[in-house]
Amino acid sequence: MSLPFLLEIGAEEIPDWMIPGALESLHLQFEKVEIPHETVRLDATPRRLVLRAEGLPERQPDTEERILGPAKSAPAQAVAGFARKQGVAPEDLAVESTPKGEYYSFLKKVKGRQTKDLLAESLPGLILKIYFPKSMYWTGKGGPQFIRPIRWLVALLGDGVVPFELAGVRSGPLSAGHRRLGSPEIAVTIADYEQRLRDHHVILSAEERRHKIRTELAAVRVKPDAALLETLVYLTEYPTPITGSFDPQFLDLPEEVLVTVMRHHQKYFSVEDASGKLAPQFVAVMNIGSDPEGFVRRGNERVLRARFNDARFFWETDQKKKLADRKPDLAHVTFQAKLGTYLEKTERTMALAKELGGDAHAVRAAELAKCDLTTELVKEFTELQGVVGGLYARVQGEPEPVWQAIYDHYKPESMEDSIPRGRTGQIVALADKLDTLTGCFRVGLVPTGSRDPFALRRAAQGVVRVVVEGKLDLSLANYLADDALRDFLADRVRYYFKDIRGFQYDEVNACMAAGWSQLVDLEARLIRVQNLRASPDFEPLAASFKRIKNILQQAQFTGVGAIDAALLEAGPEQDLYREYESIAGQPIESVISRLRPKVDLFFDKVLVNAPDARVRQNRLTLLGTLLQEFSTIADFSEIVTTS
Amino acid sequence: MQSFQEIILKLKHYWAERGCIIQEPYDIEVGAGTMCPETFLRVLGPKPYRVAYVQPSRRPADGRYGDNPNRLYKHSQLQVILKPSPPDIIEQYLGSLEAIGIDLRQHDLKFEEDNWEAPTLGAWGVGWQVMLDGLEITQFTYFQQCGGIDLELVPAELTYGLERLTAFLQVRDTVYDIEWAKGFSYGDVRYLDELQYSVYNFEMADIPTLWKLFELHEAEALRLLGLYNPKASDKKRFPLLPAYDQVLKCSNLFNTLDSRGAISVTERVGVIQRVRRMAVSVAQAWVDQQREVATAEVAG
Repeated sequence: MSLPFLLEIGAEEIPDWMIPGALESLHLQFEKVEIPHETVRLDATPRRLVLRAEGLPERQPDTEERILGPAKSAPAQAVAGFARKQGVAPEDLAVESTPKGEYYSFLKKVKGRQTKDLLAESLPGLILKIYFPKSMYWTGKGGPQFIRPIRWLVALLGDGVVPFELAGVRSGPLSAGHRRLGSPEIAVTIADYEQRLRDHHVILSAEERRHKIRTELAAVRVKPDAALLETLVYLTEYPTPITGSFDPQFLDLPEEVLVTVMRHHQKYFSVEDASGKLAPQFVAVMNIGSDPEGFVRRGNERVLRARFNDARFFWETDQKKKLADRKPDLAHVTFQAKLGTYLEKTERTMALAKELGGDAHAVRAAELAKCDLTTELVKEFTELQGVVGGLYARVQGEPEPVWQAIYDHYKPESMEDSIPRGRTGQIVALADKLDTLTGCFRVGLVPTGSRDPFALRRAAQGVVRVVVEGKLDLSLANYLADDALRDFLADRVRYYFKDIRGFQYDEVNACMAAGWSQLVDLEARLIRVQNLRASPDFEPLAASFKRIKNILQQAQFTGVGAIDAALLEAGPEQDLYREYESIAGQPIESVISRLRPKVDLFFDKVLVNAPDARVRQNRLTLLGTLLQEFSTIADFSEIVTTS
Repeated sequence: MQSFQEIILKLKHYWAERGCIIQEPYDIEVGAGTMCPETFLRVLGPKPYRVAYVQPSRRPADGRYGDNPNRLYKHSQLQVILKPSPPDIIEQYLGSLEAIGIDLRQHDLKFEEDNWEAPTLGAWGVGWQVMLDGLEITQFTYFQQCGGIDLELVPAELTYGLERLTAFLQVRDTVYDIEWAKGFSYGDVRYLDELQYSVYNFEMADIPTLWKLFELHEAEALRLLGLYNPKASDKKRFPLLPAYDQVLKCSNLFNTLDSRGAISVTERVGVIQRVRRMAVSVAQAWVDQQREVATAEVAG
């Protein structure tokens, strides 16, 4: 008979962002128990992680275990002892030959265990193995650890409870409803579980909660914000959006500030009018079903008003001291203990911006870029660093390239984010990131594994994107003094072109092997190789290049001298040479179809390893020259060919 | 409408009924209720304890001369410690909100992850900020470590922001307008504190004097800690509580110097370390001392 299974881990509110990962981990741990089953479904709310499976056997299948006994030569007494232990007569034992000789053995039949028992035994350990980025003790030091205290456990197999205890909580058939709209104890069966929760104001399915929010939002023009939506889906058991409004006079504060307050501090969606401009409204998502008296709406409106008033106060206070006048204050702001203050960083970034080809605007922007760290607004809304500086610079009359560069210089902050919009901003962003990378690597603050406290991967990725997408013509190698940093950046270059831009890994390897210091050039070569790949001549030619490389390596051939035309044998060798002479200096795309048959024919007919040393040397020189000529775009021997 | 003091009285009463000792505020300046010995020292060791008290919490850098509607140099926290935390702690907490008249079926309540860390105390915990209709009304923390020591029993710490909570319940846009008691606004009672301490902390505090005071208190704390002998008989006489007072003095002086802009970057990390070292030493000695006290109690 096959049985359904339900596990609900009831906990105090789990941080929203950890829930999807926890479900994955729960699933993985469940599969490790190796109980056969048909389907698995995972669900969660902030207060419960739920696994439901169908088609579990009542009992695990019977198994057999071969038990090796004494050697065949052992005294009869030992053999009888072994047989007795297995509960059979000595003549029922089999004899098995092993590499060590012949041994008595017995095939023991192991009866499959009750699934319920196996679950009861595995579930406590399984639950505690669910991975969370941070966990806690709650029953005391040395007790179980979980993300938040476990308060109830539902474990049902068919109609029966799977009995176990964890952290003083006994499993049973009792779940819990919404904290205030439902009952704290609700008896459930596998069949009515989801409905019972719904009756007690818990929508179990994240998809359904997401849908509910989306549908009820449809009437309002909210700024789309997928990440915020996910947060709210996992922060509520019964989400209901409500719309509130704020005094339109706050709209004269910068939109960036208003949106940040709503988005990051209050978890509100902001609302646009028909023209796409910020409207004096917001949408909050409640964890209850309705707000008939308007308590929640008015409460949220008051909180937002206070927040906006704070922001206005900071905005006005900050104006009393210009950005430029704040530069000396950066001497009091630590960049990193070993790397000194932001004032020192500013001086370095200014110099680097100039070195990178930045004009006076770039240097000015680099000078002011970090000054907003001393403003009240940034102290309050750290995520607005840069943006606030840019806004102040604009108000204080800095030229457009300067304020925009300050505004943008932390960009790109993620793979989805854009790079700074103008050349000045790109130079400043690049200088800032390169300085951070160089400094951190110099004092040994290098990311290890998943630990990257200074976000150096993001900085390096930013460098790559700014240079490539900003088409900055510069040689990165000049700014990467450190070998470790060079390797670190090479990894980001590889990642960018492979995973973000979709080039094949061998194309990336091939092109990078021919140099990657000039990223714009690297990109151009990658596109060429990608296009070349469509040619039927490409892979065979790449295979030939690999062969040439191997031959040269085996012959320990170094240095390409001049080819002695007189030593060339008539036929394929001379043909190849003439072909080379006629196409040298031309792009490989236009000559590949002519070159390939000559190379093929050469390898078909000509023995490179000629008995005459001079002829051999001359042949190697011909091949070496050919390889060099066409290896400036990529090292084709890195191309993985199918043939 | 409930006044500020009525709300406080109701909450104290509520927690008293749930087995809390009701303490009065500690009589030395602190930045948060957590720093009072009733929390910092009592959470250490194996002895269960429950306590609640209102603690005026001083944060020199947050002063705004009484101009800002929500930001205060000195605000009032209701600090509740339940050690160990009972399994129905959240239910008990929600009950306290209902006790002051909040109908939670008509309001939006969310527990948003917020972990807490106090580097100067070598303390951290995990928990939430509790949001009521978008307003943070309580910080809820399960302590994991204090004074650098793993806690044997995990206490729950509830910190209610009393001014905010009252402004919410009284529907006021500025804390100065909340009614403290009939006929008296918060502003009537506290405005001058805000104004004068802002002037002092930002403008008039004498930096060399504050440094001198810091060093005197630090020296006294270190002198005492240096004399503590874990092998001594009758350890319980040893004045660790007074030593801890010296640490609190240092902490407040550090905050004042900081708001006065008197601590350079390089000094800052160092001074935090100095305070932390003293706090950790007190905590360690305290745990050791409590062991003897516990043995004595069993014997007696």
